[in-house]
Amino acid sequence: MNWIYEPWPWYVSGPMITLIMFLLLLMGKNFGMSSNLRTLCTICGAGNQATFFKFDWREQKWNLVVVLGAIIGGFIGANLLSEETAVAINPATVEDLKLLGFNSAGKAYLPEVLYDLSALTNIKSLSILAIGGLMVGFGARYAGGCTSGHAISGLSNLQLPSLIAVIGFFAGGLVMIHFIFPLIF
Amino acid sequence: MRTVSYLLIGIVFGITMFKSEAASWFRIYEMFKFESFHMYGIIGSALLLGILVVQFIKRTRMKSFYNEKIVLPPKEMNFYRYIFGGIIFGLGWALAGACPGPMFTLAGAGYVSIFVVIGAAILGTFLYGLLKDKLPH
Repeated sequence: MNWIYEPWPWYVSGPMITLIMFLLLLMGKNFGMSSNLRTLCTICGAGNQATFFKFDWREQKWNLVVVLGAIIGGFIGANLLSEETAVAINPATVEDLKLLGFNSAGKAYLPEVLYDLSALTNIKSLSILAIGGLMVGFGARYAGGCTSGHAISGLSNLQLPSLIAVIGFFAGGLVMIHFIFPLIF
Repeated sequence: MRTVSYLLIGIVFGITMFKSEAASWFRIYEMFKFESFHMYGIIGSALLLGILVVQFIKRTRMKSFYNEKIVLPPKEMNFYRYIFGGIIFGLGWALAGACPGPMFTLAGAGYVSIFVVIGAAILGTFLYGLLKDKLPH
């Protein structure tokens, strides 16, 4: 059982994701995480500002429970099922990231420049997190889904719209890493 | 009972996101640099198996645990919303290194700064709701 404490290889992780999608289908639901962000807006009273948020959020309570589970799962994964959380990325990627100022590459789970507590008092780090999050939330809803809703659920159901969205996800990601990162880091 | 099931599914999802390192900013960066097969292997194998599962459900007309029909709603056809929305999502995904599932996993893993990303993502969703009718769909 020692393997469970090691990072899980792709051929374990991928099928696990399919299993999660399958279980949700068997529960009569669809796997999609970003719709929870809309539900949270509605709970905060956004229905008064835009009709997009006028719906009975109780119908989506099940998905918020999945989110609660994902939070607990993150705690278990990090604290109970890991001895070492450094992510062993490609040494070439580590070198490349060090040149950009990410000195924790290869030694941590997340870059300290962005995710260490000190990032909260650094205007640049804070802006990067906020702008990144803003685009994730806006883009996911505009595209009608995120990695789970389109790349997994939608593509599994051979939906052309999901293919267009996933091509968009990759186009955006490539532009960010290859063209915008050299300008901001 | 149903609530407990959703909670357990969510816990397995959260553990998988953390242990697969799909919740790691570094893995997302490495993926967009094409310097590892890891993320492609995860998404690719999940998808390949997913296609088989969905086909199996459709062909056998499999019922849910509650003996209801399993419905996979088709996505409404459109080009602009998927490509523009997709690109904006991709830009944010690569920058923050977290998508809407893993960001909650990271909150549970104890990374306090991720709450900035979660808060901003909720705000981004709200902005979309406000601007929805003015955007090309």
